[in-house]
Amino acid sequence: MTVLLHQLKFEQRVFWRSREAAVFIFIFPLLLYALLGSIYGDEIDGVPAADVLLAGLFGYGAANTAFGGLAITLVIRREAGILKRLRSTPLPPWTYLATVLLSTLMVFALQAVALLVLGSLAFDASMPANPLGFAGAIVLGVAAFAGLGVGAASLIRSAEGVSAVVNVIVLPMAFLSGSFGPTREFPVFLQAIADVLPLTYFIDIVYGVYLDGESLFADPKALGVLAAWGIAGLAVALKRFTWMPRER
Amino acid sequence: MSSAIAVRDLRKSYDGVEALRGISFEVTAGEVFGLLGPNGAGKTTAVEILEGYRNRDGGDASVLGYDPGDSPRAMRERIGVVLQHSEITPLLTVREAHLLFAGYYAKPRDVDEVLEVVGLMEKRDARVKTLSGGQKRRLDLGIALVGDPELVFLDEPTTGFDPAARRSAWEMILALRSLGKTILLTTHYLDEAQRLADRVAVIRAGRIIRLGTPAELIGDARSIEIRFLKNGEQVVIETKNPTQALNELTAEALATGYELEQLEVRRPTLEDVYLELVDEYDGDVE
Repeated sequence: MTVLLHQLKFEQRVFWRSREAAVFIFIFPLLLYALLGSIYGDEIDGVPAADVLLAGLFGYGAANTAFGGLAITLVIRREAGILKRLRSTPLPPWTYLATVLLSTLMVFALQAVALLVLGSLAFDASMPANPLGFAGAIVLGVAAFAGLGVGAASLIRSAEGVSAVVNVIVLPMAFLSGSFGPTREFPVFLQAIADVLPLTYFIDIVYGVYLDGESLFADPKALGVLAAWGIAGLAVALKRFTWMPRER
Repeated sequence: MSSAIAVRDLRKSYDGVEALRGISFEVTAGEVFGLLGPNGAGKTTAVEILEGYRNRDGGDASVLGYDPGDSPRAMRERIGVVLQHSEITPLLTVREAHLLFAGYYAKPRDVDEVLEVVGLMEKRDARVKTLSGGQKRRLDLGIALVGDPELVFLDEPTTGFDPAARRSAWEMILALRSLGKTILLTTHYLDEAQRLADRVAVIRAGRIIRLGTPAELIGDARSIEIRFLKNGEQVVIETKNPTQALNELTAEALATGYELEQLEVRRPTLEDVYLELVDEYDGDVE
């Protein structure tokens, strides 16, 4: 436990010192919210636009932080030999991975709060109708996307390409899942793609707890699809994750 | 003395290519043991099996009494590792990086003491990414020492160093030895092995082709070389009895009144022995 807190302290220090990570992971969703919030009108389908966009950006933030950020961090550390070096210290590997996850959760939780504050100050957005459920949804989202992130990190070979690969996945997914605005007008085939994406279901869950005040468990199908994606990512990771660089 | 490392008939293949074809050696506690060989000889494979990074295909291995194949935490508490290629999170300072690693061990050394040992005290507040190549190697060493290990693995610790940096690295390694640490060192520099190692195993194409103290390797392999110019032509005499040979040569020269120009008496270096050994085995199937 002491080792976990020790590692967590350094993980956080490293994250906030990295300007790229802090801007790309933390600031970018806030920036998008500020931008989109000023574009959309008062209401989307009879619901305040600021609220709908906020639910979508919680989703984008979770995918960006837990999937994108985690995959990039792990691949870069693996290829630089940082992970390999850790393996010959007494630090237990699972403690390390747990710490990386916790650190990711801390970053995203903070980002969610920042989004809420920005929303209420700038666009008069609502506070979560079911705060406990909202907090639970954030933990759940980070867990599922982190599972996918570790899975992706296990498949991506080079540190040079990881950023591009991750963004090619995250941005279209966020767009299709309605992170940046309603998808009602999208062509049917695009909506069909969106129907299998984990982010679509995560945004549904967030929408329920944040706006409708539903229970976190109101939509078992959405929970099931989200969990299935997370578990699939984890399964890939268990099979393919390595601590050693893929230099050879 | 007990052995810190014992290896018997160690074997490892990658995709059907044999990297290690059954090597055996023991490293005594407190000893500096050198694995010497050209690139691709299997040095790093051997070391990484002992560090717990790779599984062996066959043979026995024991590191401080543990099976490195399981890489138990208790073993990792007691070893220090300097890898050929590894980095430390570039955004931490030198001192923070030491503190981070110190936190992994049950009984770490004092961080400032370690910084002093590896000569990074002045750089302690510099970010890791601002360090020069040589300073990064010192950092690797400092981090390997921060857990106060009994056994230190150094995989090519001075590759890419300029001569001055190499000297100071050697001094550091000799200082570790005087602290009673056991050291397993790989290198392809002969002078490094000769200077640092108590015993050397010459490894080539996955086999140990010679094992002994540097003096033994030099002693049993070759005779002394005497060179001079006679009428402008190079004469080379190899002999096991240099005293007698020189006596005869000088006596003859004095009697006939000619000068032994550019007279040179040379003991073979480990390099000569090594090159000879490697040549000898060149017929070996790769």
